[in-house]
Amino acid sequence: GAGQDVGRSCILVSIAGKNVMLDCGMHMGYNDDRRFPDFSYITQNGRLTDFLDCVIISHFHLDHCGALPYFSEMVGYDGPIYMTHPTKAICPILLEDYRKITVDKKGETNFFTSQMIKDCMKKVVAVHLHQTVQVDEELEIKAYYAGHVLGAAMFQIKVGCESVVYTGDYNMTPDRHLGAAWIDKCRPDLLISESTYATTIRDSKRCRERDFLKKVHETVERGGKVLIPVFALGRAQELCILLETFWERMNLKAPIYFSTGLTEKANHYYKLFITWTNQKIRKTFVQRNMFEFKHIKAFDRAFADNPGPMVVFATPGMLHAGQSLQIFRKWAGNEKNMVIMPGYCVQGTVGHKILSGQRKLEMEGRQILEVKMQVEYMSFSAHADAKGIMQLIRQAEPRNVLLVHGEAKKMEFLKQKIEQEFHVSCYMPANGETTTILTNPCIPVDISLGLLKRETAIGPLPDAKKPKLMHGTLLMKDNSFRLVSPEQALKELGLAEHQLRFTCRVHIQDPRKEHETVLRVYNHLKGILKDYSVQHLPDGSITVESILIQATAHSEDQGTKVLLVSWTYQDEELGSYLTSLLKKGLPQSTP
Amino acid sequence: QTELLDLSTVDVILISNYHCMMALPYITEYTGFTGTVYATEPTVQIGRLLMEELVNSIERVPKAQSASMWKNKEVQRLLPAPLKDAVEVSMWRKCYTMPEVNAALSKIQLVGYSQKIELFGAVQVTPLSSGYALGSSNWIIQSHYEKVSYVSGSSLLTTHPQPMDQASLKNSDVLILTGLTQIPTANPDGMVGEFCSNLAMTVRNGGNVLVPCYPSGVIYDLLECLYQYIDSAGLSNVPFYFISPVANSSLEFSQIFAEWLCHNKQTKVYLPEPPFPHAELIQTNKLKHYPSIHGDFSNDFKQPCVVFTGHPSLRFGDVVHFMELWGKSSLNTVIFTEPDFSYLDALAPYQPLAMKCVYCPIDTRLNFIQVSKLLKEVQPLHVVCPEQYTQPPPTQSHRTDLMVDCQPPAMSYRRAEVLTLPYKRRYEKIEIMPDLADSLVPLEIKPGISLATVSAVLHTKDNKHVLQLPPKPPQPPASKKRKRVSDDVPECKSLKPLLSGSIPMDQFVQTLEKHGFSDVKVEDTAKGHIVLLQEAETLIQLEEDSTHIICDNDEPLRVKLRDLVLKFLQKF
Repeated sequence: GAGQDVGRSCILVSIAGKNVMLDCGMHMGYNDDRRFPDFSYITQNGRLTDFLDCVIISHFHLDHCGALPYFSEMVGYDGPIYMTHPTKAICPILLEDYRKITVDKKGETNFFTSQMIKDCMKKVVAVHLHQTVQVDEELEIKAYYAGHVLGAAMFQIKVGCESVVYTGDYNMTPDRHLGAAWIDKCRPDLLISESTYATTIRDSKRCRERDFLKKVHETVERGGKVLIPVFALGRAQELCILLETFWERMNLKAPIYFSTGLTEKANHYYKLFITWTNQKIRKTFVQRNMFEFKHIKAFDRAFADNPGPMVVFATPGMLHAGQSLQIFRKWAGNEKNMVIMPGYCVQGTVGHKILSGQRKLEMEGRQILEVKMQVEYMSFSAHADAKGIMQLIRQAEPRNVLLVHGEAKKMEFLKQKIEQEFHVSCYMPANGETTTILTNPCIPVDISLGLLKRETAIGPLPDAKKPKLMHGTLLMKDNSFRLVSPEQALKELGLAEHQLRFTCRVHIQDPRKEHETVLRVYNHLKGILKDYSVQHLPDGSITVESILIQATAHSEDQGTKVLLVSWTYQDEELGSYLTSLLKKGLPQSTP
Repeated sequence: QTELLDLSTVDVILISNYHCMMALPYITEYTGFTGTVYATEPTVQIGRLLMEELVNSIERVPKAQSASMWKNKEVQRLLPAPLKDAVEVSMWRKCYTMPEVNAALSKIQLVGYSQKIELFGAVQVTPLSSGYALGSSNWIIQSHYEKVSYVSGSSLLTTHPQPMDQASLKNSDVLILTGLTQIPTANPDGMVGEFCSNLAMTVRNGGNVLVPCYPSGVIYDLLECLYQYIDSAGLSNVPFYFISPVANSSLEFSQIFAEWLCHNKQTKVYLPEPPFPHAELIQTNKLKHYPSIHGDFSNDFKQPCVVFTGHPSLRFGDVVHFMELWGKSSLNTVIFTEPDFSYLDALAPYQPLAMKCVYCPIDTRLNFIQVSKLLKEVQPLHVVCPEQYTQPPPTQSHRTDLMVDCQPPAMSYRRAEVLTLPYKRRYEKIEIMPDLADSLVPLEIKPGISLATVSAVLHTKDNKHVLQLPPKPPQPPASKKRKRVSDDVPECKSLKPLLSGSIPMDQFVQTLEKHGFSDVKVEDTAKGHIVLLQEAETLIQLEEDSTHIICDNDEPLRVKLRDLVLKFLQKF
């Protein structure tokens, strides 16, 4: 799911032999089989538990977790499911809500039950931010703060030195109640990023807020009703904080309602998980908890017919079912009223239809609903815009990028931009398509500390640009790789060293006495081999490093001296060089 | 005591729990310390509250004059105990101020349990839940091959914090054990029971109860016990007062650290309900909290009542007022629950007292039985602990069960002593780049053991080592044909591999003949053979572990022979 599409996010990642499923969402635009991901892609006949090492849920939005009970209880999965604490707390409530709407209101059967939601949640392991969770010996995951909604997280999945980061939905700019997403420079092999707003660069938050308040205010002033379809948690709280402070400042009297019993509960979650909100709220919560509202009251269905102005937050946010749709149908006919869509709407929903300009809607039972009320769209969804996505890529420095959770056309544009700016490959597979990304894993081996210290003790070379060559022996036994010094390798294997030595006779024409010849050779070598230790030993021999040079007179010709140059194989280059050097003869000595 | 250590050379400070950070401003603000401090979020927040209370209580009673003459060694010698026994009085410092606390705390990096923190690429540190207090942690300090666990202030009891993480302590090379219980003989559960019954009795008799305590920690558990107890004990109408400049913050903060709480409390948050029942006590007005005894408290104050306030040493804070107010009546009771101070010392200046004193120290930290259980469980190679823990307490020298007992015996350390830990580092991790790995040619030496010689460039950055393929030697520019002799000097010593193996005589001669040496003559010697190539005036001594080629200065010939010999040998 979520391939060139928004909805039913579900991505399967195979990394170094491990299989991880990212998110398990539902699609709001469909009511048939297509609402859930097709899990037969994972395995045709085997059990999902055998195939998947773990499942990760990024946040509690239903398009990311809506299919979870279906997946774990009806299809069957018993492995671990990871999510953050707030997600674990809120997710079952939204699932229950979703179940109620589908089963109780629409009368569908063959849907997951409340018990299944509970059983499913028992399989959930809650994770802390930045905690490294060892799923098994090799697979580890780590959560990063993602903004977006309470408890939303990005996840890093790591096996050996290969890693993938999945962003879920994220927001790079802090808003009124949450902070901005953050990740360190973890250089993953692949970054899987959402791209809801791939082509949008949003104007400043302040402008949007002012605009929003102005529209609400104007409508209320002329006695109209404002409907704001929202999801119970997330944008709702942000807009509530916004309206609450505005009402207080302007001393407004028009009532603000929040539909469904979830409100109170939802705000409670925010109070208890205040560590997940932004800095300002966290700092001041002891004095004044931002989530205790004075002006916002619970909504009752009967209030919808009350005369006079009012503002109502109603769920769900895309006008596809439930209370928001009911109120919408009641108020749609009056041009004084207004509906403000604060977030993205999936294709197929009423929200999407009215936003795309449709004014005659076909409702259930072939009824036609004419929309006269004003329709406003205001992007308050906490998704990263194009700028934000680029910023995240800059932060994480991935080697490859893969876009999901967006529309194909917009993705295409962003893909080009990413490839241009960062010179990394960017992919945008459709649903059911597999993308293979080659990684370049390095091989970790154990180096003996002795060898390492010997190498580093030499210190930096005078010319830092010149590469430092080190030499060692890699021992491979069973599955362990150890890099040791050659001497140690020999010792460990119980082998003796075989010395290979060369001795070359070099003839030199020099009528002088032997020791004078030696002295001349010594001076000559000393002059040329400046970087080497050249020594003249008392017994009349010369050493260059460990190479030994001795001179004797030729047995037949006193004018020819024989130099015996003797070296081991380890000094091969120097020895070979010395013989060829000496063969050229000595320079004419200058008096 | 800082002369032992130059604190500006310390890179990292790990903080185990909020009680262990009370001196942090002295280090960060006065010593030139420039390193990083790591602690969990609850540790920092509650630590801030403790410091705030401390500073507040001290600053409330400003001293116009301070006497320092007595600190002179000659004078001090003549003073009565305990003053005369105090050590290093000249080092005593004034309490820090709030700006210093804020500056110190701003230097702390927040971490979460099981978060792996890389330090300089050399070691990794990880905090683990220690079960003692909100956000309290044990630390694992490990490199690829060594693991040191620092266990300080841990609890195996089920109270409000997340349970202690024992599994992650396994396979430690060294386990440093400290912060055990102060009262090894007291059972915390029993003490809580005693606390409740004494409290109930006093109140029923019309007396007041004073509980000197810290504003965070055990008080949460006490309030929870009382929450369950008061109705059954008929105390519903007795007011409970919690007086501290940080009382409100402490109660509020306790409710928002759901992720750091035990499982039961976490489940409550999922409902969503506040994890601690003191929220309900506050809502029903049974528990009231005040920043100080002045202001609202004086209006609301009703007796008999129960007061929780600080400081547990009875030397400063609002507790002093209550001691003076209630000390004269035998109806009242003071109940000591904090184990850090001797209650006799604390009471000394208030004597004679009519008030009842009950000592119910509640210390949930590890006792010695739990220590042995823990050590059996995690099996460290070595245990290191303060000297006091390796012998029975001086007052109860017959209690040999009151000491750390493990095999091998724990290594002990004393104040101002440097201890060398008994392990040696042998290996380190290094990474081989894939292209280099491709170029390696492994050779099976023995069944199951292969080896490959590696010549590579070592890159070391941030203590991470990477081996890369050596760059191709640059082609010498063709135009510069005339070179000076010295240009040819081999640049740096390129190491040749070591050789091993032996050369089979017959095959070697055959090979020589195959390569055009027709006059091969072999002579046996004591240790091996000598091969003579008469025409080339060359002599090859072959022995078990050495080969010596003696020839004229004929480089092509020598190289040819060399390569023939090498064919029979293995390179290392």
